[in-house]
Amino acid sequence: MNSRQNFDSLLQKLKEKLLTLSELVEQSLHNSVESLRTLDGELAEEVIAGDNKIDDLEIEIDEDAVRLIATQQPVARDLRKIISAIKIASDLERVADLSVNIAKVTIRLQGQKLVKPLIDIPKMAENAQKMLRVGIDSYIKEDIALAKQLKDMDDTIDHMYKSILNELIELMVQDSQIVNQGQQLGFAARYIERIADHITNIGESVIYLVSGKRHELND
Amino acid sequence: MAIIEVKDLNLYYGEKQALKNINLEIEKNSITALIGPSGCGKSTFLRTLNRMNDMIKDVKIEGSVKIDDVEIYDKNISVEILRKNVGMVFQQPNPFPKSIFENVAYGLKIHGIKDKSLLNEIVETSLKGAALWDEVKDDLKKPALGLSGGQQQRLCIARALAVSPDIILMDEPTSALDPISTAKIEELILELKKDYTIVIVTHNMQQAARISDKTAFFLNGELIEYADTEELFSYPKDKRTEDYITGRFG
Repeated sequence: MNSRQNFDSLLQKLKEKLLTLSELVEQSLHNSVESLRTLDGELAEEVIAGDNKIDDLEIEIDEDAVRLIATQQPVARDLRKIISAIKIASDLERVADLSVNIAKVTIRLQGQKLVKPLIDIPKMAENAQKMLRVGIDSYIKEDIALAKQLKDMDDTIDHMYKSILNELIELMVQDSQIVNQGQQLGFAARYIERIADHITNIGESVIYLVSGKRHELND
Repeated sequence: MAIIEVKDLNLYYGEKQALKNINLEIEKNSITALIGPSGCGKSTFLRTLNRMNDMIKDVKIEGSVKIDDVEIYDKNISVEILRKNVGMVFQQPNPFPKSIFENVAYGLKIHGIKDKSLLNEIVETSLKGAALWDEVKDDLKKPALGLSGGQQQRLCIARALAVSPDIILMDEPTSALDPISTAKIEELILELKKDYTIVIVTHNMQQAARISDKTAFFLNGELIEYADTEELFSYPKDKRTEDYITGRFG
């Protein structure tokens, strides 16, 4: 017999809200990169406008978590579930903020012609999106092995970031006219790199949730 | 240093085995909480530490309980001296129907202390030790039963302290008290740790988590898990412990 059905259903609701948040954030990340690739200002505006909803949901998750701690006296795994929900929500919210930053790059580049078609940055972003899916999957399944995959994925992104940056620097050295655009694209790559770091944090939260142990995925 | 060492302890009430092969060491100047569902053996275990089970009919005890390296179940052990050394506080405050002063002085008088000024001095230190002095210092001659429940329980603690024990056993000492009195007793227990070793049975798991250094989880007469309290309430190793402390026990 489960003597804490009410508490369990509240924990389940918290998890569902977090999954809703992750869907919104995934969408925001996807749209921001798409807006950059196609220089679609309208889509970028959509990303920026959608961020309020994400912020509100993060606050809601935070408040639900605090209420559960205050009223249910959770310990052990129950407590870790709630603590990791707070942390994952916070990392997701940061991913959304960085997506907004990418969308802002799109807006700053409005009216400009790209020096060359964007290939590597969308590829890097695609990897980040894959990471987000793996991170969320590891949370849903409470799967440590899956969460640990994020480390290698993050390393790949770090390499991509470095090579994109080097390429941009080369281009800017050759042609000072494109320094502004090059700088903006460098920012965008940096934002994606930061996004990947936040996703490794999600993996770390999952490992903590399942095992109670701290495990660094990003060093 | 371990002040209490229990080895291969088995206890039977007639045919029924109430404690199964308990092994456990308790450090000096620590607070140890015993938790577990009703009938798990935690109170029985507590009572083996000052031989309170001796009074129960048909009890059979095997194994070893050492306090300060002395086997307390040895034939030549004086139970009176043992209980002076290992005091006890119960669930219901049980002051004698006497004055506050007499309650605290009672044990001293039994042990032959008659010197008035010495009695006065020990009563005062004991009441201070139990954080009750300021509330009762002008009413020492008044009946103890006129005190509130929380004050009565602190009086019982003072009574236990008066005979200067090393160890104080507490059997659900706050379960009959309101939250404020409970908080006072908990603060007091934390204070007492400086000078005494405390073993406490509690049904209130938050209480165990708040005040104890180590927690022992009992189930069906077995010691399932014994660990640092922080660890036991954060990452219990045994599934049964986790189920119990998260309230999913059924």
